[in-house]
Order: sequence, then structure tokens, then C-alpha cells
Amino acid sequence: MALFVKSVALCVTKKILHRVAQGSTEYQRDFFYIYTSFEIIINYPPMALFEAKNVTKQYGNQLALDNVSISVPNQCIYGLLGPNGAGKTTLIRIINQITGPDSGELFLNGKKLMPDDVQLIGYLPEERGLYKKMKVGEQALYFAQLKGLTKAEAMKRLKYWFKKLEIIDWWGKKVEELSKGMQQKVQFVTTILHEPKLLIFDEPFTGFDPLNTKIIKDEILFLRERGATIIFSTHNMESVEELCDNITLIDKAKTILEGSVDEIRSKWAANEYDLVFDGDVKIEGNGHYNILKQQKDNNKSIIRLKTTSNISTNDILQTVMKSGSVISFNPALPSMNEIFIRVVEARN
Amino acid sequence: MNKISVIIKREYVTRVRKKSFIIMTLLAPVLMAAIVILPTVLMMNQDGEFKKIAVIEDNSDLFKGVLKNTKDAEFVYLPNTKVEDLKKTFEKSGYYGILWISPELINTPNAIQLISRQQPPIGLLQNIEGSLEKEIERQKLLAYKIENLDEIMKTVNTNVSIQTIKIDSSGEVKETSTGIAMAVAYILGFLMYMLVFIFGSQVMRGVIEEKTSRVVEVIISSVKPIQLMMGKIVGIALVGLTQFLIWILLTMTIVTVLKSTILQKTDMTEISQNIPQNIMAGDQQVTGTTQTAAVSPKLAEFSKMFDNAMNQPWGLIIICFIFYFITGYLLYASVFAAIGSAVDNETETQQFMLPVTIPIILALMVAMGTMQNPESSLSFWCSMIPLTSPIVMMARIPFGVPYWQIAVSMILMLITFAAFVWMAAKVYRTGILMYGKKTSWKEMWKWLRYSG
Repeated sequence: MALFVKSVALCVTKKILHRVAQGSTEYQRDFFYIYTSFEIIINYPPMALFEAKNVTKQYGNQLALDNVSISVPNQCIYGLLGPNGAGKTTLIRIINQITGPDSGELFLNGKKLMPDDVQLIGYLPEERGLYKKMKVGEQALYFAQLKGLTKAEAMKRLKYWFKKLEIIDWWGKKVEELSKGMQQKVQFVTTILHEPKLLIFDEPFTGFDPLNTKIIKDEILFLRERGATIIFSTHNMESVEELCDNITLIDKAKTILEGSVDEIRSKWAANEYDLVFDGDVKIEGNGHYNILKQQKDNNKSIIRLKTTSNISTNDILQTVMKSGSVISFNPALPSMNEIFIRVVEARN
Repeated sequence: MNKISVIIKREYVTRVRKKSFIIMTLLAPVLMAAIVILPTVLMMNQDGEFKKIAVIEDNSDLFKGVLKNTKDAEFVYLPNTKVEDLKKTFEKSGYYGILWISPELINTPNAIQLISRQQPPIGLLQNIEGSLEKEIERQKLLAYKIENLDEIMKTVNTNVSIQTIKIDSSGEVKETSTGIAMAVAYILGFLMYMLVFIFGSQVMRGVIEEKTSRVVEVIISSVKPIQLMMGKIVGIALVGLTQFLIWILLTMTIVTVLKSTILQKTDMTEISQNIPQNIMAGDQQVTGTTQTAAVSPKLAEFSKMFDNAMNQPWGLIIICFIFYFITGYLLYASVFAAIGSAVDNETETQQFMLPVTIPIILALMVAMGTMQNPESSLSFWCSMIPLTSPIVMMARIPFGVPYWQIAVSMILMLITFAAFVWMAAKVYRTGILMYGKKTSWKEMWKWLRYSG
């Protein structure tokens, strides 16, 4: 789509330029307006920063990815979910060009993914490590240079990040002297140092205490704000709800669920509502809804009900209001955890 | 390309800065120099001490005047002295020891004793034994009453030293020495074996380290696996070359310095001063011996050895050595890298190491055989087969190898080397990302056929 818009824009611009060259001054001002607007269209990043189309990969006779497509919008945090062995790591490795797909196409920024694009991608693998005997600073410099940064530039940025994450004191220490959390921080810095457009984090929070987890979460959000797009693979569903805008769920080499987190959750809400009353209140189900559960908490009553007919929320409220004073009435959104389990179990 | 140089630099710098590397690099030449110098020093110490020895014969004078004084021993013949008396006082009288000869010696080899406080040097004992043996032989011969015995003995005394002359196809005659060719062949073959094996297994260990520390996936998201593999192989080769260069230079320096300070008076310095003259007179050296006849016999021998060494085709040897080292090392190192990538830890390498070690050991054994029989068909075939050719061909070259054979061997080597690196890169690419699975040869064969 983006390519199409671009070529049309270029075509029209050329025509106008041609007329200008012929000397018709009345077009000049029009041209200016139109040209600027086209320029905006041309230079505006395409909607999807990264796209994988119909990717298939086979190892021996085992199918690792079966016709999987994902489309990662620009500046989005994109969750890549799935049970162990579903094919997530294979897909991530294909995006990083560590392995190639058997068939399918990959696009970065609307253009076909090229070997040199590794400089635009930052990857924090799940199985990560550092050279144990090497000093922290040297090692970080080494990785930065492998990503194409000059030594001076890498040094400048490393100093900035090491100070920001408070690991500058460890610069001259050997990696084996560091705690696991410290090593993870160093690794995080080396992943983002070359300011990649696309960041891929595979289980980025393992090994961090809650405090450091928060620091890293904040950094991820900060990176997004500064223009990075993030693919995020994890089994920690809470962090998915917290961070991700969109997700794809892969199971047994196939995509089984995709879309924005909010949409998915409301879709899976399945006509369930949470009611909170002040004081001890009990209500009964009727022809329009069933009561799933009732519980008391701190002088409040929390009730979940499920509608069985096309009753409107207003009608429900009018009915239940008679039983007591309503504090809140919300559609009950299932957690990503529930959705994950339900979706994957349904397939087995 | 730039990234490969970053990798090479890291592989090189981290290894060169290791304590073990520095210690080995500095210590080995000291040990080598010690091996060269120590025997000379020990010999010198023996030479330096002058020994006076009392010779006592029981009731006879059979061996009077037989033992000639040498530059470090004087034999004082003491007639009419009892051993028992002298035993207590010989040191005070300035004797190193007492040589007590019984007349039975002619028939009983051990009827002779050297009494001393210290362990007497081997050289002294050999001198005494040699002199007495000759005298006893002479006396035994005398008993046969042969006429003109002395003259007969002089003509009988023989010494054999074979002069070997090699004629090449153009009819040019060269004096050669099989001994020198063997020494050169041995050194070259063994050096090649050491280089390929030591640095090849270092590559393997490096790959395993990267795999077990899980650093590899981070790296290959930045560079291609083959870049990482080749960077490591080249970096380690440079480490090895650095170490060898330092070893050679340091050993030479230490030996020269020690020789010039400790051994000032020995023949070695004389020889080294005389070498330039011999080289200048080189042309005549080959045919005539007039030049060398003038200098001392020891020197003549040395200069002949030197000429023989110079007659080796050094240009060819060096070119071939560099070629076979680079291709042979790359071939084996890439196989080692592939093995390292396929396993999870070093103990698992055993099953893969054997098939790789066998050709190298075989090559070394054939190379040893080559020195006995350079023209054997086993040597010929092993110098053609690329897995063994680096070692065997290097052992053959000092004995003379037709150029076409070298050319064929090199071409085969190049083809195989390229094929091996290509295959190793494929196995490596898959292997470094495989964990927890016991790999078999069959599995590796499968990896070879995976698409990019």
C-alpha cells in the first residue's frame, strides 16, 4: 500500500514539475502546496514497520512455521506469544536473518529485508550470554562495533547508558564477577545501543528483581516513545497486558490468534459483567442472565454475571439496581493468561 | 569485511593478553635455550676442572706410560705404593682419585677401580677405558708374535664417512647429506603437525566456549555465522604465528647472548666467525676440499654441514610451507569449528575427534617413514591426499619432489580446502544454535543439506 501511494505521488509530482518547466506560473503555487503534501506522504513511515508474509520453515520433517504472517505497526509494542516449542524462536531467528525461511517474504520499512538490515534490528535472545572472561566495557564495545558503530560513537553512547542504568562502576570488571541481573542490564544496553528501528526482546525480564524489571519496562516504553518498534516475546502475560498493543499467538507452527490486546480481550469477554454493590447484596439469575459467582470483600459484594439473551446493559442495570446500591458495573475482561490457556487448550 | 576484522581483533587480543599465553611465550624460549645451552655448560664445567690421578698397579708395571695426560687430567704413576696407605691421604696430596689396576685386568674386565670422593665424569672414565682397552688388545696381539705389527695396525685402522652426491635432471651435481634432509623433513613435518593440531583444537574450544556461554546467538544476529567462524580461525592463526615468531626470536637471542658470554673460548665462536669465509668460498667447497683442509677438521665438518644445509631448496620449502600451513590449517580448523559447534561441551567432542585425529596421526607416521624411504608409494599417495599432504609433502620436499607432483597436490588441496570450509560453515551455522541434543555424524550430514 505504502509503495503504491509513493509511486502515485511521484508520478503526479513529475507531471507538475513538467508543467512548471514549461513556464506556466499559475501552477507554481499549486505545485508548492501539492508537493509539500506529497512529501509528507512519501516520507511518512509506512503503517507497518515490519511485515512477514506467509513464512514457512521446516527442519527435517518437522514443521516449525506454517504459513505465518505478522504485521508490526510502527512504534508498536508487539507481543509474540505461544507455548514452548510453538515456533516463536524460529520466527524471531528468521526476522534476525539467523536462519532463512523456506518460503515467504519479509519486509522492513516497506522494503524487502536485506542482510545489511541487521544494523536496524536489535535482538535480545532468550538464550543470551556474554564472554565470561572479558571485561564488561570491552565486551559492550565489541558488540557495538559488530553492529557497525565506530569505536568513538559506541564509547559515547555506552557511557550514557551505563550511567543511566547505574552500571558504570562495573565497566572494568570481568563479566563472571557480575550478578545475573547486572549481566542482563549490560546485555540490554548492548541490544539497544545502535538505536535500532526494530527491537526484538525474547523474555527480557527473566533474572531481574521487581525493581530492575520496572526500570527495564520504563526504558522499553521510553524507547518506543523515541520511535522504536518492539517485538516482545514472553510467557509473562501480565507484562503483555501492561506493555503490548498488539499480539500474535502462535501454536504448533500456526497463527491462532492476532489483533490488538484490547480488541482480543473484549472479544473474549463473552457477555460477562462484573457488578460491585455496597454492603451485603445477593441477586438471583433470571431468563436474561446467569450468576457465575458471588463473593464478599471488605463490606462489598462482587458479582459476575453472564447474559444469555440480547438484553441491553441498561436493562441489566435497571434490574439489579433494585437489589442494592451499585458502585461499579464493568464488562469482565478476561486476562491474557485466561485467553492464552483457553485458546491453546481448545486446539488440543 | 570490517566486521570480520573486529572479530579477528577480539579473538587475537583476548588470547594474547591472557596470562597463560604470556607465561608460555616467555618461558618456552628459556626452556629451549636451556636445552641447547645446558649440555655445553655442563661439559665446560667438566673441562674446566683439572684432575690429577694417582695410578697404582699391584706388583707389576704392565700399564706404565699407557695413560697419556690430557688437557684436563694428569696421570701420575706411583710404583711401590700401597692403595691402603694412599686411600686416606690422596686428597691432601692433591690427587683427585686413585686408579687401582690389578694385573688380572687382561683377563678380567673389572679388575680395576677408580677411587675418588666425587662421582668421576664420564669423559674421564671413557678416556681411561679406551686407553687401557687398546693397550690390552695390543698386548694380546703381541702374544701372537706377528711381524711388523705396528705397521699392520696403522693400515688396519679405518674410518668410514659416506659422501652423498645428488644429481638432478639437468645433471647438476650437489653434495647432499641425508642426515640434514632428514632433520629438515622431520622438523617441517612435526612443526606442521603441531601447528595444525594445537591451533585447530583451540578453534574448537573457542567455538564451544561461545556456544556454552550462549553468546553466539547475540553475535550471529549482527554478523553471518561464516564471518564469526572465519574471524575466529584467522584470529587464532595470528595468535599462533605471533607465539612462534616470539619463540624463534627469543630463543635465538638467548642462545646467542649466552654463547657469547659463557662460551667465549669454545669452538662455537670460532666456527661462527669462520662461516662467512666458507660461504664466500662456497663454489669451490662443493667440489674441492682444499679450502676446508686448511682449517681444523672440526671446522671443515661444520662448514660441510652448513653447505649441505644451504643446498636444500629453501625457496621451495618456504613457499610450500606457507601454502600447506595456510590451507592445511584452514582445512582442519574449519572441521574443528564444525565439531565444536555440534557439541554442548568438550567431553562430547571425543567421538568426533577420533576420525579427525586419525588422518593427522597417520600423516605424521607416514612422514616418519618418508625419512627412511622418501620414494615409497605410500609417501607418494599420502602427499597427494589433501588430509595428509601438508605434513607428508613437507617431509618429502627436502629429498626432492618433481614439480608436477607438488602442483597436483596443491590443486587437490585447494579444492578440498574450499569444500571443507563450505561444508563446515553449513554444519556450524546449524550446530551453534542446537542445544541439549546429542549430535551424531548422521545429524551433521542432515544439517549440511538445510537451506540458508
